[in-house]
Amino acid sequence: MPEYDLMSDFTSPFWPWFIFIVTIGGIFWCFYLLMSQKNAGDVAEGQEAQPTGHKWDDDLEELNNPLPRWWLQMFIATNIFGLVYLVLYPGIAVFDGVLGWSQVGQYNTEMEVAEEKYGAQYVNYLKQDVVTLAKNKDAITTGSRLFSTYCTQCHGSDAGGGPGFPNLRDSHWLWGGEAAQIKQTITSGRLGAMPAWGAVLGDDGANNVVAYVMSLSGRKTSGDVDAGKEKFQQLCVACHGAEAKGNIALGAPDLTDDSLVYGSSRRTIEKTIKEGRNGRMPAFGEFLGEGKIHLLSAYVYSLSLE
Amino acid sequence: MQETYNYKVVRQFSIMTVVWGIVGMLVGVIIASQLAWPALNFDIPWLTFSRLRPLHTNAVIFAFGGSALFATSYYIVQRTCHAKLFAPALAAFTFWGWQLVIVLAAVTLPLGYTTSKEYAELEWPIDILLTVVWVSYAIVFFGTIVKRKVKHIYVANWFLGSFILTVAVLHLGNSAALPVSLMGMKSYSAYAGVQDAMVQWWYGHNAVGFFLTAGFLGMMYYFMPKAAGRPVYSYRLSVVHFWALAFTYIWAGPHHLMYTALPDWTQSLGMVMSLILLAPSWGGMINGIMTLSGAWDKLRTDPILKFLVVAISFYGMSTFEGPMMAIKTVNALSHYTDWTIGHVHAGALGWVAMISIGSMYFLIPRLFGKTEMYSVRLIETHFWISTLGVVLYIASMWISGVMQGLMWRATNADGTLTYSFIESVAAMHPFYVTRTLGGLVFFSGMLLMAYNVWKTIKADDASPVDAIIPEPAH
Repeated sequence: MPEYDLMSDFTSPFWPWFIFIVTIGGIFWCFYLLMSQKNAGDVAEGQEAQPTGHKWDDDLEELNNPLPRWWLQMFIATNIFGLVYLVLYPGIAVFDGVLGWSQVGQYNTEMEVAEEKYGAQYVNYLKQDVVTLAKNKDAITTGSRLFSTYCTQCHGSDAGGGPGFPNLRDSHWLWGGEAAQIKQTITSGRLGAMPAWGAVLGDDGANNVVAYVMSLSGRKTSGDVDAGKEKFQQLCVACHGAEAKGNIALGAPDLTDDSLVYGSSRRTIEKTIKEGRNGRMPAFGEFLGEGKIHLLSAYVYSLSLE
Repeated sequence: MQETYNYKVVRQFSIMTVVWGIVGMLVGVIIASQLAWPALNFDIPWLTFSRLRPLHTNAVIFAFGGSALFATSYYIVQRTCHAKLFAPALAAFTFWGWQLVIVLAAVTLPLGYTTSKEYAELEWPIDILLTVVWVSYAIVFFGTIVKRKVKHIYVANWFLGSFILTVAVLHLGNSAALPVSLMGMKSYSAYAGVQDAMVQWWYGHNAVGFFLTAGFLGMMYYFMPKAAGRPVYSYRLSVVHFWALAFTYIWAGPHHLMYTALPDWTQSLGMVMSLILLAPSWGGMINGIMTLSGAWDKLRTDPILKFLVVAISFYGMSTFEGPMMAIKTVNALSHYTDWTIGHVHAGALGWVAMISIGSMYFLIPRLFGKTEMYSVRLIETHFWISTLGVVLYIASMWISGVMQGLMWRATNADGTLTYSFIESVAAMHPFYVTRTLGGLVFFSGMLLMAYNVWKTIKADDASPVDAIIPEPAH
C-alpha cells in the first residue's frame, strides 16, 4: 500500500480503491465487450454482409459486417499490455507496481550514473586554482558550455549582458573581478539594492542629481550640477563613495564611467535614482556544486583576460 | 402545406463556418510568421504572439469547428429523425449567442483578458454566456431526437449527442472559478496547483476527444455514406467503437503532464488508457474508409469524397501518433517540442478542417436549391492545395520537433549539454518558415472556397430552400 495520502492529496482511503475498481473494471469491461462480439455476425464465405434493415433519410443504411479480426486483436493486445503495465508500474493508486519504479527514482538513478561518469573530472579541476584553470583550454571549453546552459538567459550568449544584467567581458565589476570574488558571486548569489530617492529628492532634486551623475562621465544635461553634488554628498556617498567610485562590498557601481548596468541614458539614470533598483544574482552553490562553479568561475575570469 | 425542415439556422452556421475558417487560419498564419520573424509583433501588445495564439486556437476550434458542428448536427439530426428542429427560437438563439461568444473572444483575448487555461481562456462572464448557449443547443438537439419519426437513432446522432453532453460537463468542470471582478473580467480557478493542471488537461484532452473527435465522427458518419452512396460498413463496429471511445477518452488527459508534479500513478494510468484508446479511435477510421468499398472509382471524379477520405486518413494517422506520444519514453523526447504542434495540426487541418470542408461542399448547394457547387474543378483545386498545405505544415513540425528534442538532450563527452537553448531556436528557423508557408497555402484554399460558395449561393437559380419532411417510412 503506497502512501497515497502523501502522494496524491487524497483525503480518505476510499479514493484509491475507487480508482482501482473503475480502472480494472473498465479494462475488463472493454475485454468483455470484445469477447462478446468476437464471432458475432460472421459472414459465410462467398456471402456478403446484409444491411440491418434500418433506413434513414432516403438512402442511409448500415451493413452489419463483423468486427475486423486484426482490429479486434489489436484492441485485445492493448488491453493486455495495459494490465501488464499496471502490474509492473504504479497506475492504480493502491499499488506501486512490482518494479518499484518512480519518476523521482528514475531521476536519482540518472543523476548517479552521470555523477559516476562525469564527476571525477570536476574533482580533478578542483585541484587547480581558478587563475590557472583560466588558461587551461579544456577547462575553459567545459566552463563555456556550462555558461551556455546556466548563465546565458541573463548574461547573454556572448556574456555581454543587457540592461540590468552585467556585461562580464569588460573590466567593470560590481562585486569584484578577482577569482575568489567571482566564485563567491556564483556560489552565494548577490543582492544589489539601490533605494528609491524620488520622494526625498523631489523632481528638481532628482534632476540635479542626474546632472551631477552625468557630469561624472563628462556629460552635460539640464539641471544644477552643484546642487546635485550637494545632495549626492548627503545621500549617496554612503554606498557610492565621495569620489563616486562605488564599493564592491555593496555592489555599488562606479558612477564615473558611462557603462552603468541599468543603462547610462538620462532617462534610465533618472529612473534609477527616483525608483531605485533591485538586482538579484541567484545563488547556484546548492544547485551546481563546487566543481561546476569552479569551472564557471575560471571561464568568467578568462573573459576578462581577453 | 407540407412541413419543411428548418434549414435557416443550418445555412447561417454553414456560411459562418467559411467566414470563421478564414479568420481563424489568417490569425494562424500571422502568429506562425511572428515565430519565424519576431519583428512582426510591431511591439504592439495586442498583436503579440501570447495574445493572438489563444485567439487563433479559439477561432479555429470553436468558431470554425463549432460552426461546422452546429450546422451539420442541426442538418443531420433533422434529416435522420424526419423531424423539424425542436424549439426553433432557441435554435436561432444558439446561432446569435454563439456568434456573440466568438466576437467577445475576438475582443477580449487580444486585450489580454484570459484565465490562462488552454482552450478555456475566456473569462467568466463569457463562460456563463457560453453555458447558456450550450444548454440551449442540447435542448434543441435532444428535443429533436425525442420528437423523431424514425424508431432507431442513427449512429451519427450518438456521436453528436455524446459530444454535446460531454462538452457541457467539461466546460462546467474546468471553468469552475471564483469571480473577483466584473469589469476587470477576472476570476480565480476553483482548483489549485497540480489539481488545477489535471482538471485543465482532463478538459483539454477531452475537448480533443469529444469536440474535435466525437463531434466530427458524427459528421463523418452522415456525409461519408451520403457522398459515397454506400451503406455504413459495420453497425456492429460502430456500436463497439462508440462505447469504447467514449469510455476510454475521458482517462487520457494525464499524458499531457508526463514527468511533472502529477503523481506517478496518474501519469501511468493516463498512458495506459491512451494506448487502449488506439483501437476505439481506429474503429471510426475503418468504418469510414470501408464504407467506400464498392465505390472506390468515385474517388477519381468526386473531390468531395477526396476531402472526406483524406480527412479520415489523417484522423487515423493522428490517432496512431497520439497514443505513441503518450508513451513515457517517447513523451520524454516529444514533450515541449514542435512535434506536439505538428501532431495537433495533423488533427486540426488534416482531420477537422478537411472533413468540415468536404461536408460543407456537400451541404451548401443543398441548402440553396442546387445539386452541386458552382465549380467542381475549384473543389478539386482546393483539395490539392489543402493537402499540400497540411503536408508542408506537419512535415516541417515533425523534423523541427524531433530535432529540438534531440538537441536538448545531446551531451558532450564532459557531460555538458552540446547545445544551448538559443542554438535549438536558431536551428528551428527554416522549419518555422516552411510551416508558415504550409499554413499560408492551406489558408489560400479557404479563400478559393469562399469564392466558390459565394458564386454558388449568388447564382441566378439559387435560392434558400427548406426541404420537405418525408412521411414516415415505417
